[in-house]
Amino acid sequence: MMKFIIRRLLSLIPTMFIIITLSFFLIHIAPGGPFSGEKKLPPHVLANILKKYHMDEPLGAQYLRYLNDVILHFDLGPSYRYEDQSVNGLISATMPRSIFLGFVSLLLSVALGGAAGIISALRQNKWQDYLSMSVAVIGISVPLFVIGPVIQLIFAMQLHWLPVTGWINSRAGWVTLIMPAVTLAFPYFAYIARLSRGSVLEVLRSDYIRTARAKGLKESVVIGKHVLKGAMLPVVSYLGPAFAGIITGSIVVETVFQIPGVGRIFVQSALNRDYTLIMGDIITYSAVLVFANFLVDVIYGFLDPRIAYK
Amino acid sequence: MTEEIILQVQDLKTYFHTDEGIVKAVDGVTFDLHKGETLGIVGESGSGKSVTNLSIINMIPNPPGKIAGGQVMYAGKDLVKLTINELRSIRGNKISMIFQDPMTSLNPYLRISTQMIETIVLHQKLDKKTAKAKAIDMLKLAGIPAPEKRIDQYPHQFSGGMRQRVMIAMGLSCNPEILIADEPTSALDVTIQAQILDLIKDLTARLGTAVILITHSLGVVAGMCDTICVMYAGRIVERGPTTEIFDKPKHPYTQGLIKSVPRLDKTSGDRLYSIRGQPPNVIDLPDCCPFYPRCDKAMDVCKRKYPLSKDVGNGHAVSCWLYTEAK
Repeated sequence: MMKFIIRRLLSLIPTMFIIITLSFFLIHIAPGGPFSGEKKLPPHVLANILKKYHMDEPLGAQYLRYLNDVILHFDLGPSYRYEDQSVNGLISATMPRSIFLGFVSLLLSVALGGAAGIISALRQNKWQDYLSMSVAVIGISVPLFVIGPVIQLIFAMQLHWLPVTGWINSRAGWVTLIMPAVTLAFPYFAYIARLSRGSVLEVLRSDYIRTARAKGLKESVVIGKHVLKGAMLPVVSYLGPAFAGIITGSIVVETVFQIPGVGRIFVQSALNRDYTLIMGDIITYSAVLVFANFLVDVIYGFLDPRIAYK
Repeated sequence: MTEEIILQVQDLKTYFHTDEGIVKAVDGVTFDLHKGETLGIVGESGSGKSVTNLSIINMIPNPPGKIAGGQVMYAGKDLVKLTINELRSIRGNKISMIFQDPMTSLNPYLRISTQMIETIVLHQKLDKKTAKAKAIDMLKLAGIPAPEKRIDQYPHQFSGGMRQRVMIAMGLSCNPEILIADEPTSALDVTIQAQILDLIKDLTARLGTAVILITHSLGVVAGMCDTICVMYAGRIVERGPTTEIFDKPKHPYTQGLIKSVPRLDKTSGDRLYSIRGQPPNVIDLPDCCPFYPRCDKAMDVCKRKYPLSKDVGNGHAVSCWLYTEAK
């Protein structure tokens, strides 16, 4: 097991290297650049700027310089569009908020989605099933920029229960977390509910559940001990990519609820062709993703004894 | 085998309500099981063998299935009418079941020890440590080598035959009065089949357990059973002691089945006998003899009414108009 973990961790290094290399060149292949705005810059000004950021050098040299900075110094470089700000600084200032919000949302969606899925499966084709699956369909099909404003309208504008926008460091405090977390959790809740309903139903029909019932076990033991472990596996494998997606911020939720998170910076960087910041986003996101998938693999090993790590 | 009857199934009817109509999977099955007896239920796929036995411990998935009538008398109680909690105290304790496919019948995510101990703790109220010792003893009886080590392994570390041994050990761990074995060897290869059958025979004889053995193989019942019930389209068409059934089969279906068994002493040029036609569709079956379209001796009355069971002596009974006076 330990050997597997170490080997799997080491394999993350070439993965990250390939991601960095590919995205570096792809970004530079795309037409336009950080300084090609609507208003043309005078040639000598542009030359000065390019020289400052070493962008007058050949692409290969730029790549090696970038690799050197990233790998040896963990320095993602200066942002080309946010003056005097480094990519490291921008990400580390905003990322913790997104991580926190994402984490709360993920916990919410796993707890509620899992419960809704299990109840639906156990009450298949009864009202509990129809109710939670209808909510899940809404969660999957209605976009966040509709859900967010609608719950703002109801709970903030009409009922005045919650502040419309803001973050936990504002005057309103922790309650500001409720609406963005619920909004962000909704699609994940929906997906997890459908996923767990399907897998619980599948396990319920399996031969070993019939055996468990024939042994005279209580239904609560059959479900809790015999069904859930096997039924959790598909949900766990979904959690890897879900985790990476949810903690790297959502531009929609951050815009709707005015949260200074990393999601807005990510999207803005792409629109700005802010090369170093785009690279920073990609590296952050992929590092989280490959690491989350690694964790899923390890958890799988604990859940399913048939997986042998060699 | 003694004369004491421990399980009495009377006119049991289990119907499945489907979109196409009512499937009468079991339609009036009656038999007695004596203490220590081994009773074989033979029949082709879809004849209602498994549903009969799932009905005994009331494990029919409802909906779509429902026990529509009849009684299952055990220890003075009608199992059909028991509450789910009363049933649970019987399942796995007094009446236990082993299933056809040992590869999928054990929970792949739990250790053998967990799965065996939970049954013993539940029914025998032992503490975990004693229960584990008991489970190891049972595995040893079931012929698992090094049971102290093997018990902490997972099902995928066992072969098919070994898993069926585990199922048998688990099924017998609470000293049940009745073991229902639903095609216990159909998924195993032939040499393992013989070992598993010997094991069931040996262990149940030693523990005094009565066995209901469900199979489609006449060879299996011949070697194992005291009594045989032949099922066709949800009904028992013939029942009697094994020697009677094999020596003097009465029902044309039983006769056909026995003729269809490949024999070593026949010359190789002969074609293998088979009963013509297909088993009937049991949806909305009329009240006729379901075998008449395939029967060489079919008469007019066979199409009109199902024949009542007739005792032909020596505990041998048959449901066929050939032996019953038409009314």
